[in-house]
Amino acid sequence: MALRSSFGTKWKRSFAGWRLIGGPFLFGFLLLLAPLFLMIALSLWTQDYLDLDRTPTLNNYRDIFSHPVYVMLIKRSVSISLFVTMVTVLLAFPMAYYISFYGGKYKAIWLFLITIPFWTSYLLRIFLWKIILGYNGVVNSSLLSLNLIEEPLSFILYNANAVVIALAHAWAPFAILPIFVSLERIDRSMLEAAKDLGDSAIRSFFRVTLPLAMPGIISAALIVFIPTIGDYVTPKLVGGKDGLMIANMIQVQFSKANNAPLGAALAITSLMTVLLISLGFLFFNRRYLRKQTQ
Amino acid sequence: MKKPSVFLFTFVVIYLVFLYAPIMLLPLFAFNDSSIIAFPLSGFTMDWFIGLMSENTLHRALKNSLIIAVTAAVISTCFGILTARAMARHDFIGKRPSFGLIMAPLFLPEIIIGVALLIVLIQLGVSLNIWTVILGHILICTPFSVSILYSAFNNMDRSIEEASLDLGETRFGTFRRVIFPLVKPGVIASILICFTISLDEFVIAFFLTGVEPTLPVYIWAQLRFPSKLPSIMALGFILLLISLILLAVFEYYRRKSEKLIGKS
Amino acid sequence: MASKNMMNEQMHEQMVELSNIRKSFGKLEVVKGIDLNIAKGEFFSLLGPSGCGKTTLLRMIAGLEVPDDGVVVINQQSMNGVDANKRPTNMVFQSYAIFPHLNVGENVAYGLIKQRLPKAELRERVDAMLKMVDLDGYYDRPSYALSGGQRQRVALARALILEPKVLLLDEPLSALDKKLREQMQDELRRIQRTLGITFILVTHDQEEALIMSDRIAVMFDGNIAQLGTPQEIYDKPVSRRVASFIGVMNFLEGKCISKNKTSIVVDVESLGQISFPRDIIPEDTSLDQLCVGFRPEMFTILYNKKDKAENEFSSIVKNVDYYGDMSYYTLSLPNSDKDIMVSMRNTSGRYVYDLGETIRVGWRSSSLLVLN
Repeated sequence: MALRSSFGTKWKRSFAGWRLIGGPFLFGFLLLLAPLFLMIALSLWTQDYLDLDRTPTLNNYRDIFSHPVYVMLIKRSVSISLFVTMVTVLLAFPMAYYISFYGGKYKAIWLFLITIPFWTSYLLRIFLWKIILGYNGVVNSSLLSLNLIEEPLSFILYNANAVVIALAHAWAPFAILPIFVSLERIDRSMLEAAKDLGDSAIRSFFRVTLPLAMPGIISAALIVFIPTIGDYVTPKLVGGKDGLMIANMIQVQFSKANNAPLGAALAITSLMTVLLISLGFLFFNRRYLRKQTQ
Repeated sequence: MKKPSVFLFTFVVIYLVFLYAPIMLLPLFAFNDSSIIAFPLSGFTMDWFIGLMSENTLHRALKNSLIIAVTAAVISTCFGILTARAMARHDFIGKRPSFGLIMAPLFLPEIIIGVALLIVLIQLGVSLNIWTVILGHILICTPFSVSILYSAFNNMDRSIEEASLDLGETRFGTFRRVIFPLVKPGVIASILICFTISLDEFVIAFFLTGVEPTLPVYIWAQLRFPSKLPSIMALGFILLLISLILLAVFEYYRRKSEKLIGKS
Repeated sequence: MASKNMMNEQMHEQMVELSNIRKSFGKLEVVKGIDLNIAKGEFFSLLGPSGCGKTTLLRMIAGLEVPDDGVVVINQQSMNGVDANKRPTNMVFQSYAIFPHLNVGENVAYGLIKQRLPKAELRERVDAMLKMVDLDGYYDRPSYALSGGQRQRVALARALILEPKVLLLDEPLSALDKKLREQMQDELRRIQRTLGITFILVTHDQEEALIMSDRIAVMFDGNIAQLGTPQEIYDKPVSRRVASFIGVMNFLEGKCISKNKTSIVVDVESLGQISFPRDIIPEDTSLDQLCVGFRPEMFTILYNKKDKAENEFSSIVKNVDYYGDMSYYTLSLPNSDKDIMVSMRNTSGRYVYDLGETIRVGWRSSSLLVLN
């Protein structure tokens, strides 16, 4: 009896919540969840010029895994993304550490300073890297004028290196902020306790600071990794032929190649890849995440 | 406060140079009197800014972007208010899954969202126009709005609403006289952030816009023509200034919100 | 007989009547069928440890929480289905819930706005109320610039200006420091007497309840354990639990040896056989296992050899807690390893014993209580 009434009130209370969240939920359902399912369906269909053949088949996926170019693009996207993630997080950590431990009362201003470049047009930011790294670019012309090189370096633009530099720059604030937040949460008396118990500064960094900052590092890594795999602009602008990634191929399927089902299958494949790698990453770091919830 | 090691300090300086290098070039080339984007610089000019005034496509793109950004910002902030309020104050069946769905765009590559929406719109036979871009932008802006507004709703002392009811005010009156004034700075901050995100968003707009370009789509098209680059630099510089002003206003309202309701 | 009853009812006109109030949160039942009447003009306290359901009960009177079962009647009108904003009650919240975006005057005027009074009259009433709570001239103060005590006064003024039939106070003094708390206790009592409004106070502080209330309901686990005046509750607690929650109480074990219609003889641990009147023992008490209690101030230290008492024993001082006005001695009972606490007021010139000294303690059997 008591159980039934509490069940009833749970439904009744649910109504109040759903009255608020219903609209946004329905929007998300219709414009995200339903489209994702339709995308899965589309990936099982085939396109013949303008006709869509709706008999379900795995042919598109078979195509993807039998054509070296698709497999190569996915592999390259994953490895570039992993590399970008690593570089971005490695560069972001000391910055976040500096703000958190030495920022004093200027922490807010430091954070503001970090986010300002992020508010320039994304397209232009990537494009400006092209100017910096280009044949007559800032780097080459200054190195030339200093007589450090005799002819312009060409390995810095139109390849994967350029993509990594541009993206490590583009995602910087997204990596710094979560790491900063997790460093801020560390009770400073814990570090004093570690010192008091005989740890040197370096030892206490590895035994206390770093493990406690792991949740922030993990979320920074995910925040950078997930959108990078699907990035379209950067490879197109600075990646050259060898820097193109899977998103560029998806776009081609939806426009020039006019093979939407194959495009959908590519999108699903990359989405699954992102999902698997992210889950694997979370799994291997689960002990750090558990600590945080305790 | 202890001093950082020389090593760390040097790193921070170099990293800041790295962060600021691209945008430092914007004003340099925006005022540079040469149609080629390269060093050495040749002289000061305002020509590129003046040239922007007669670009009709740019004006159309700007108008489209403003319509899209304002609409998307207002609607996603409304969604943000509803979601944040429901998450902060209500317990209901399906709370976590529905919240997960609303926040999901934050964790999906934009190209996936763009492609998925494109497929649906094509299947439904909807022709692409600025309204289809608005739909996509609402989807990606709502999670940002929720994260800004959630702390405002969550940190608000529950008894403040109860006090208003207890003093004879209706639920609607309580919203009007107490809740809204307290979350208003957060709402303004959310509108500004969503506006800025929408104004700058390229991939989804690229997929979903029809013949009507948005500002980033226009810029993307211009980047192919070297002769157009200096005026794009000038345009980028103007956009940077606008973003900075909006950001400063945003920061002002965020702090006001913290002062009213308390920090998270 | 009938007319006497009617007079009685008129004198004690009920303001709040609760019958069989129940409330659960999920599977946890926090209020378990409470019946309670509170009279007009009474200062009533709900006293209990945290989680006993006292705040939930108060919130159900306010209409902020809906009972699962039972009826709330205020001023002879059923409140079922009546929202908080339509009830003749107002509340002072534990956090005070001062509206941070409004200044002091706007906070106090918050509920009055609905009445659409002329501006001058509104201002006049707010000023009068501010004067009453000792915040004269604070009308334009921003609310964030207020101290804890001032916030509390604003919360009080804001509630009282609506002239509620019942004022509900949810732990209103718990956030204040000791000095300020004592001052506010006096002031609340003064305001209540002046206005004659029914006050219902929720508190976990037994001292506060004893000082301020006309009557107290002691609550444990969603039930009322005892209802009575402060003196009844302090002097005649109905159970060991109530006794140990209110003030300090020493407990000894006892066993019934013999009984007749008027008296009962109990063998009390180390104090020996004592005869009690039959009616002080609750009906349902098991006679084999009795609990006998006495308060520290009920035993006296016999300072002079000449001093005599009904009963006495000697003991060594094991510990002294010196409070300035009082000393609390921990003593061991004869032929027992149990410690008891005895308190003495440090009147002028009275000697304060030290550890290890032997003292004589006198007591009367009438100061012992038999408890459940």
